[in-house]
Amino acid sequence: MSDDSSGEPLPPPEGASDVIDTDYEVGQNNITPQLGPFGLDIHNPVFAISGAVIVAFVILTLVFQTQVEPIFTAMRGFVTSSFDWFFLIAGNIFVLVCLGILISPLGRVRIGGADATPDFSYLGWFAMLFAAGMGIGLMFFGVLEPVYYFATPWGDQPLSRELGLVDGALVDPVAVDAARRTAMAATIYHWGLHPWAMYAIVALSLALFAYNKGLPLTVRSIFYPIFGERVWGWTGHVIDILAVFATLFGLATSLGFGASQAAAGIGFVLGIEGLGENVTTAVLLILGITVLALISVLRGLEGGVKRLSEFNMILAGILMAFVILVGPTLVLVQQFFSNLGAYASDFFALSNPIGRDDDGFRQGWTAFYWAWWISWSPFVGMFIARVSRGRTVREFITCVLLIPTLVSAIWMTTFGGTAIDQMIARATESAVYGYVIDTYVPELSLFGMLSELPLAAITSTIAIILVIVFFVTSSDSGSLVIDTITAGGKIDAPVVQRIFWVTFEGLVAAVLLIGGGLVALQAMAVSTGLPFAMVLLLGCVALIKGLMAEPR
Amino acid sequence: MYSNIVVPVDLAHPDPLDKALATATDLARHYGATLTYVSVTAETPTAVAHNPREFGEKLAAFARKRSEADGVAIDTKAYTATDPTIDVDRYLLRAAEDTNADLVVVASHKPGLADYFWGSHGGKLAGHAPMSVFVVR
Repeated sequence: MSDDSSGEPLPPPEGASDVIDTDYEVGQNNITPQLGPFGLDIHNPVFAISGAVIVAFVILTLVFQTQVEPIFTAMRGFVTSSFDWFFLIAGNIFVLVCLGILISPLGRVRIGGADATPDFSYLGWFAMLFAAGMGIGLMFFGVLEPVYYFATPWGDQPLSRELGLVDGALVDPVAVDAARRTAMAATIYHWGLHPWAMYAIVALSLALFAYNKGLPLTVRSIFYPIFGERVWGWTGHVIDILAVFATLFGLATSLGFGASQAAAGIGFVLGIEGLGENVTTAVLLILGITVLALISVLRGLEGGVKRLSEFNMILAGILMAFVILVGPTLVLVQQFFSNLGAYASDFFALSNPIGRDDDGFRQGWTAFYWAWWISWSPFVGMFIARVSRGRTVREFITCVLLIPTLVSAIWMTTFGGTAIDQMIARATESAVYGYVIDTYVPELSLFGMLSELPLAAITSTIAIILVIVFFVTSSDSGSLVIDTITAGGKIDAPVVQRIFWVTFEGLVAAVLLIGGGLVALQAMAVSTGLPFAMVLLLGCVALIKGLMAEPR
Repeated sequence: MYSNIVVPVDLAHPDPLDKALATATDLARHYGATLTYVSVTAETPTAVAHNPREFGEKLAAFARKRSEADGVAIDTKAYTATDPTIDVDRYLLRAAEDTNADLVVVASHKPGLADYFWGSHGGKLAGHAPMSVFVVR
């Protein structure tokens, strides 16, 4: 199985698949205007409306910042606190559907037709899964979240259980261990089966309807079994525009926050106070990330995104191996299994949607995460779909759901486990206590943990590089996705369009960072999680219907 | 002089190809060379075909039609790419090597301002291919 398989002359028949019979032709609604010397090939009206709506939103947010921020933040609060039960139930359904498909005969269906062969090696495929959807979050929350749950003084600990550290003093050793297990179980719960199931459902649906059914690679195609020919009209336009909207704002706000985090990290390493609040530094970082993303998209999927993803996976592997080796090695190995056990035994308590008294945790963390993952799912799902041709459905779910869950668990055990260990050893003296509990500076939590290990200057620099490159890979894979959606499912649209989206996204991030409004728009992007969750539940039905029609 | 002639074909925009195809046919007839149409497609459904297999069939049908009209036998070879926008040049070069081509006849547009930013496929091929390249404008 080599990366070059896509370059071989076409194999004779790709094998049986169930092509949907529709008169719609990919790109039939596209227009090809000439912009100066550049020819475009864009979907009418998805491209124009998406672009206009995004510009309008940015302007409105900037002009009426003080008025809209409370509205959007209240909206996010309303969505996560009133519909937490809905998000939790939806999340559970996604996991059940994935596992159901995995063990059923539907798992034998092959993406791309019965005889299709994979385009990417396992290594390249994996690297891209993490680089697009989760890498950046793992960097940010790997230390923060377990430490937070272990000692939060704000009353939002998982399942309202006892804390390990109360008022700056450790409780008795047995309770400390129980608190540690709960903290790790809750963290792995947020980064394990549920988020990957959301990504997997979207990705599998997109891949199935494009590669097997012959519909354009765009979000609306999933809903063909439900809406029929109407998906080519306004029903589909609205779905696609929503997907573009969620992707661009999700990316731009993350880029804005991420630049501040990277700036804070650089300030920490160089010993410059307040670099995290310095807008100029952050804007320069956005500029740098955008330029790198631009180079990457111009080098294409294989020469750009895949290479960078592999580079990052190796670098992340080195950082993790280092922390395991210089940290409490044996403790971490033993904790990995104990954490998986804790995840398994608390799984039902954590995913139970009703009759719980841990509102702060369930609404403030779980429902927020679920809304966030779902609002990112069109983007990550579409990117995963694009690189997954040739895998069987069973292989796909194993590699997109089960193995990433294990990798997340290892990562969280390493970074969170080491950080909790530092807190158990030095309580309030530890750096992570200072950044997470004492004064809440979440972007420095990882650097605080690394500062108490040897070679802190080197590991912190590696961490900063990782953060930046994960943003580059998110930014360029996101731009490829937006370009495809706004070109009506064409992945071979003119290059100038990708350049436009990468630049546009960097611009939106920079403008929001300078003018304010990142918080408001992030709240807005998260709020799109609610309608998308409903849409995705419909998508599950379409997916199962579509899989049943495939030859197995 | 030439024994294997290769012509890159874009099935989505076949009209501007006419001149290059006619040139290739004439050269093949003149030198008694074999003629092969090569093409690169996306793996996703495109305006041309629902999947790569259908694309291969359409390319063969396109060649058959030309062949019946001109009386010169034409082979075809289709390639799939994960990111055709960027990788098409690389695959065309590989196609030329795979078929042991000693001449590539490629249609290209007149160079314009945009070519200063990224060049035409014909220009790229001529710049990198080890064999002769005939750029038809």
